Amino acid sequence: MTHDFSQEITGDRESENSQNQEGNNWQQYFTFNTDHKVIGIQYMVMTFMFFLIGGLLAMLIRAELLTPESNLVDRPLYNGLFTMHGTIMIFLWIIPFNAGLSNYLVPLMIGARDMAFPLLNAISFWILPPAGLLLLSSFFVPNGTAQSGWWSYPPISLQIPGGGLINGEFIWIVSLVLIGISSIMGAVNFMTTIFWMRAPGMTFFRMPVFVWSVLSAQLLQLINLPALTGALILLLFDLSFGTQFFKPDGNGDPIIYQHLFWFYSHPAVYIMALPAFGIFAEVLPAFSRNPLFGYRSVALATLGIAFISIFVWAHHMFTSATPGWMRMTFMATSMLVAIPTGIKAFAWTATIWRSKLHLETPMLFAMGGAAMFIFGGVTGVMLAATPFDIHVNNTYFVVGHFHYIVFNTITMAIFAAIYYWFPKITGRMYAEGWGKLHFWLTFIPANITFFSMHPLGLQGMLRRVSSYDPQYQGWNIIASLASFLLGASTLPFIANIVGSWLYGPRAVDNPWHATGLEWTTSSPPPRDNFEEIPIVKRPPYDYGNPKYSIIENSNNNE
Amino acid sequence: MQRRTIHIDESPIRFDLWRRRLPNWLQRFLPSGGGSHEDHHGKGMFGFTVFLLSESIIFLSFIFTYVALRLTTKNWLPPGISGPELSTIVVINTVVLLSSSFVIQPAENALKRNQLKKFRWLWLITIAMGSYFLVGLLIEWKSLDFKITTGLVGSTFYLLTGFHGLHVLAGVVLQIIMLIRSFIPGNYNKTHFGTSATTLFWHFVDVVWVFLFSLLYLWRA
Ligand code: HEM
Ligand SMILES: [Cu+2]
Repeated sequence: MTHDFSQEITGDRESENSQNQEGNNWQQYFTFNTDHKVIGIQYMVMTFMFFLIGGLLAMLIRAELLTPESNLVDRPLYNGLFTMHGTIMIFLWIIPFNAGLSNYLVPLMIGARDMAFPLLNAISFWILPPAGLLLLSSFFVPNGTAQSGWWSYPPISLQIPGGGLINGEFIWIVSLVLIGISSIMGAVNFMTTIFWMRAPGMTFFRMPVFVWSVLSAQLLQLINLPALTGALILLLFDLSFGTQFFKPDGNGDPIIYQHLFWFYSHPAVYIMALPAFGIFAEVLPAFSRNPLFGYRSVALATLGIAFISIFVWAHHMFTSATPGWMRMTFMATSMLVAIPTGIKAFAWTATIWRSKLHLETPMLFAMGGAAMFIFGGVTGVMLAATPFDIHVNNTYFVVGHFHYIVFNTITMAIFAAIYYWFPKITGRMYAEGWGKLHFWLTFIPANITFFSMHPLGLQGMLRRVSSYDPQYQGWNIIASLASFLLGASTLPFIANIVGSWLYGPRAVDNPWHATGLEWTTSSPPPRDNFEEIPIVKRPPYDYGNPKYSIIENSNNNE
Repeated sequence: MQRRTIHIDESPIRFDLWRRRLPNWLQRFLPSGGGSHEDHHGKGMFGFTVFLLSESIIFLSFIFTYVALRLTTKNWLPPGISGPELSTIVVINTVVLLSSSFVIQPAENALKRNQLKKFRWLWLITIAMGSYFLVGLLIEWKSLDFKITTGLVGSTFYLLTGFHGLHVLAGVVLQIIMLIRSFIPGNYNKTHFGTSATTLFWHFVDVVWVFLFSLLYLWRA
């Protein structure tokens, strides 16, 4: 079966789409819609709002840390700030943004008309806004938000000031359970979609690496997230209904919470990171005009990372009276992660090696993010070495490590994705100059901010404190000032995205001459994605062979 | 510079090859690309199975907590408390719940063969058995001399039986919905996925009970 592309060259199809998009039905984004593309945009826009809120909280934290004394906010509020910052960034920014991006892209990339269960998909999304608002509402209850950090370790999390049933910790638990339910429903949907909805000829080893990443990340959601949900239910019972699972004075054991929590939350770092790796695997080949190096190994390494990450959780518990054999075992398994991750990093490098790079904004963000991951990965392996970890545990070194990954790698990858698929999603082009400005305004301050945390941690500055010894002030001032600049960098981004979405020049269907299936349909895609379901006959990333794209007979490459 | 195209299909790992060797029932869960879009039943059952996988992890996390606490706690039973009893109520309850799996399966098979009447009768008996279990659970709870706040025994016991009981309740509600739907004319085909999923869920709830029963009542202090 051949696909008729002749219409696409003549402009009338394009104007038809733009109508279809411009039909002034922006209201659909505020309603219960079952189109995976609408849901994807709903996710992405909503989570970006939370990113802004989380970012404002971070600015407040950094403002407090400008001086050694605790003077800007009082300690309970400071505790609330870092707790909410961490919770929002992880559970309402990175993870659901990835869910939104995957929602938009996976059906297009595998040649499906929609997700497997569109209704369930819409429900998964609509659980999130109430859960997020509930979480934020805790700023206004007596005694304020939860105080004990995003990991909410008992017994600290259970020592809330006396008073009513409704308190910050209670609200925190309930909204996290809701977010968890949403994610599990999403995971069921993604698994089914990827297994059942692939277009004819789209074998597993013709799927783009992004789809492999979503598959692996959602598998982790399914297998590991319920453990967190279980732990939170137990915590809720301890907090509000008088049980003592985690209360040491009632014979309970807080360490059990740590096991359950990290059984999810270590894999969670890969639930966040794998889609970012997937984005690199799409963007780097497209802008170096090279096939992704070692496609099969990269795909299998993705699954491998997911698999290994299930068995490393106790490396977060080296200082929790963990017995020696456990420390040794988990140190070893953690080091193992370096192998599949190394394969990935090698493949990225080999893909762009000695090719002619096209340094448009998505490529800048992807290369920047991939490079920063090397740094964050190295400090991760350092932390997995028990003796070193015992030394820097709970210091700013850990904060530096994970921000290199969650911000410098994953958030950068998210920006790469936004710019890369912007023409597909909106049918318009963004402004390149503004994009580059955004990149440099992000890349440089982010590195200054998060690099400064490593020497601070090595010198012994503890995390989660609002006042510190004056000897640490130098690096703290550097980190704070750079972080304010980092905060300001979102302004050109918002201006660019909003302005281009409304007034940008029309984009063609495949502005990057990329090979994925999503580029063979119009921009933005019609309601059912494809005029006719494509038959896939080629591997992805066929950049080495400019005559072909993933579908035979397509004329994507001029 | 001349570049060699990397031909991905050259690799020795062939998913399609070993897929063909898998037994039939597994293949239903691993469709190859294309052709399965319209198979709503298969798609639905796949999704539901995957969902049950994550449900079992919640149960596992509770069971892990129970076992870990029980192994490390010296005075598992507070003074004057004898813990959950293997009473006649519990035994009858267990027998009723486990045998209901052997009622619901023929019911589902009957529906597959279009024997609507037989389906309804067997389905109704399953509902009765499930409801009996729930009532029995409440009676047992009433007869016990400890509460959820009575030490770790109480906390874990009510957590595990309560969470399982909620699942039995959900199963019974699903069964009632499917029964009602079987009376709506023309709706009979659409109910089919629902009945299959409910049947699977019911087996799941039964299997979980086997574990909980052994851990709570057979593992003596
Ligand atoms: C792939 C992306 C990664 C992400 C998103 C990530 C994220 C994080 C986060 C959020 C924390 C802090 C948890 C807390 O609040 O205490 C953390 C700590 C840690 N990470 Fe990573 N990490 C990644 C990679 C790695 C790798 C590859 C390793 C080791 C091989 C590693 C080893 C550790 C260790 C041992 C800690 C605990 C440090 C401590 O608390 O003393 N991480 N990571
Ligand atoms: Cu970890």
